[in-house]
Amino acid sequence: MSIDYLDGNALAGPLGELFAVDVTAAIGTCAGCGAAGPVAALQVYGPEPGLVARCPSCEEVVLRLVRTPDAAWLDLRGAVSLRIPMPETRS
Amino acid sequence: MGIVSRGFFGRRREEDVKLPPGQYLTHDFPVLSAGPTPRIGLDRWEFAIDTELGETHRWSWPELLALPSETPTVDLHCVTKWSKLGTGWQGVSLDVLMENVETGAEYALAYSYGGYTTNLPLEDLLDGKAWIAYKYDGDDLEPRHGGPARLLVPHLYLWKSAKWVRGIRLMNEDWPGFWETAGYHNYGDPWREQRYQGD
Ligand SMILES: [Zn+2]
Repeated sequence: MSIDYLDGNALAGPLGELFAVDVTAAIGTCAGCGAAGPVAALQVYGPEPGLVARCPSCEEVVLRLVRTPDAAWLDLRGAVSLRIPMPETRS
Repeated sequence: MGIVSRGFFGRRREEDVKLPPGQYLTHDFPVLSAGPTPRIGLDRWEFAIDTELGETHRWSWPELLALPSETPTVDLHCVTKWSKLGTGWQGVSLDVLMENVETGAEYALAYSYGGYTTNLPLEDLLDGKAWIAYKYDGDDLEPRHGGPARLLVPHLYLWKSAKWVRGIRLMNEDWPGFWETAGYHNYGDPWREQRYQGD
């Protein structure tokens, strides 16, 4: 059977519309099973009707993104957290 | 040419067909998925109707097939703008399944193997408007199109016709489903172009 999903790098463009940083490098923790890994490793279905990114460990939905003509709907209920690498601040 | 147009007795001519606003005609059957295709063994398959009173009515696969079925020919309209006309199905009308179900609920939430959900008013499932369909175009419904059985509610956008349907929960309150909580319209009438929230 063919693989019917893409990896999380498919989220780079659509999330790049929203965030100034590259979220595909962020470490997400799955609310379903607790597995942690880079957003780039999620299994992404779509793009229509919306992007649905699932945990590679348990297949639960971690992130959803729907782009309507005048809004982006981002659902992160399936993620406990996203650890987003940032440039170090100087003290 | 006589007063009876040549399309009158024949098949509906495509150029005469009026599509809902914003839709285009397609002849293939695109597959949109929000997750892996569930594989459900027919020996384990069941369909349930759960009422707001806490009762559950269940049908096994042989029990579903033993019910009187219908063969609706319907037009499909997907929110991603394709429409497919004159599709042939076989399935059991929700009127048959609801016959002995006692409920005063106004809302329904269809739920599927694989975790998908979609909500609609109960009245949109009744009076010959919805089926649990298990054959498409004369063949067993393929898994990629929602087999072994899917909900078929053709008067609403196709995301309401839940693939791999496992049951319908009847509720006193509306409970938005998978796409309805992510920007898509709560009702989804293609003729009123209710694609997104606020349409
Ligand atoms: Zn997980």
